[in-house]
Amino acid sequence: MSSTMMWIVLAATCTLCFAIKLLGYLVPEPWLSNPRLQRINALIPISLLSALVVAQGVVIKTHLVIDHRLAGLAVALAALFAKAPFPVVVVVAAATSALVYHLH
Amino acid sequence: MSKLTKSTVRDSLSVAITVGTYGVAFGAASVAAGFSVLQSCLFSLFTFTGASQFAAVGVVASGGAAASAIAAATMLGTRNALYGIQMAPLLRVQGLRRVLAAHITIDESTGVALTQAPRGVAAMREGFWITGLGVFLFWNVFTLLGALGAKALGNPASWGLDAAVPAAFLGLLWPRLQSNFLRVVAAISMVFAMLVTPWLPAGLPIIATTVVAVVLGWRAR
Repeated sequence: MSSTMMWIVLAATCTLCFAIKLLGYLVPEPWLSNPRLQRINALIPISLLSALVVAQGVVIKTHLVIDHRLAGLAVALAALFAKAPFPVVVVVAAATSALVYHLH
Repeated sequence: MSKLTKSTVRDSLSVAITVGTYGVAFGAASVAAGFSVLQSCLFSLFTFTGASQFAAVGVVASGGAAASAIAAATMLGTRNALYGIQMAPLLRVQGLRRVLAAHITIDESTGVALTQAPRGVAAMREGFWITGLGVFLFWNVFTLLGALGAKALGNPASWGLDAAVPAAFLGLLWPRLQSNFLRVVAAISMVFAMLVTPWLPAGLPIIATTVVAVVLGWRAR
């Protein structure tokens, strides 16, 4: 991605995310309190975060790839099951992945 | 300071510090995706909603188009509007204070405010402001540290940064999976994302999985 496009991503993300926050303070309550909209809205972060785990963990461009990152993810999953705090989860995943990367 | 106020301040600050430190992971992920240290800091200062920030840099890192990155970040941010609707009648803010309140309306500030309900409206307001401003301070400081750290480290794969990002997403996802239905939604979304990956341009499978949320959320359960 070009440097210009990266600035565009930054500017648009900042602007839109703030606009959404402000919207909550400006719109009349009934607008966004439709039950169906609320149910879908509650599921969207779960779907997007799940897709992001996949896109970042086992994908390169448009291919499914199994590499050192999957080892890191597996350890992260184990850490989450063991109720490890977020920073620990990230660090053990990084350490495992780096180890596998260098052994390979 | 009354005893009630002390408890609210303690709740707020412990959340602010814990969550703020996650900023290290964002700063590192952002630099690993190719953003500069300055850009990473601007993300945290002006976007200031963690999952959206991770999504934007995540899509860029996976080679996705700018539109996909912006759309993923924006859709992850929509829940903040719903928080605003809950907070507006409690805070009763106008003008510049409303702009500031909106900017710090995130998972944590809303969450702490709502848990203060038994202590009264004043405690709820206090919890909102202290948590929101506290997360803002620590999130930005730690973003800078993470970005500088990642820049000093060099090759992201060599230090496992390329695995730290999906692990961070998994860590953000995990606490949301509080029922079997939500776990099924996550599992279907992951399988769906894998299935469409070979057929769509990079980055688009992430946006496409919102179809799963729409279909499964359509009917009351």
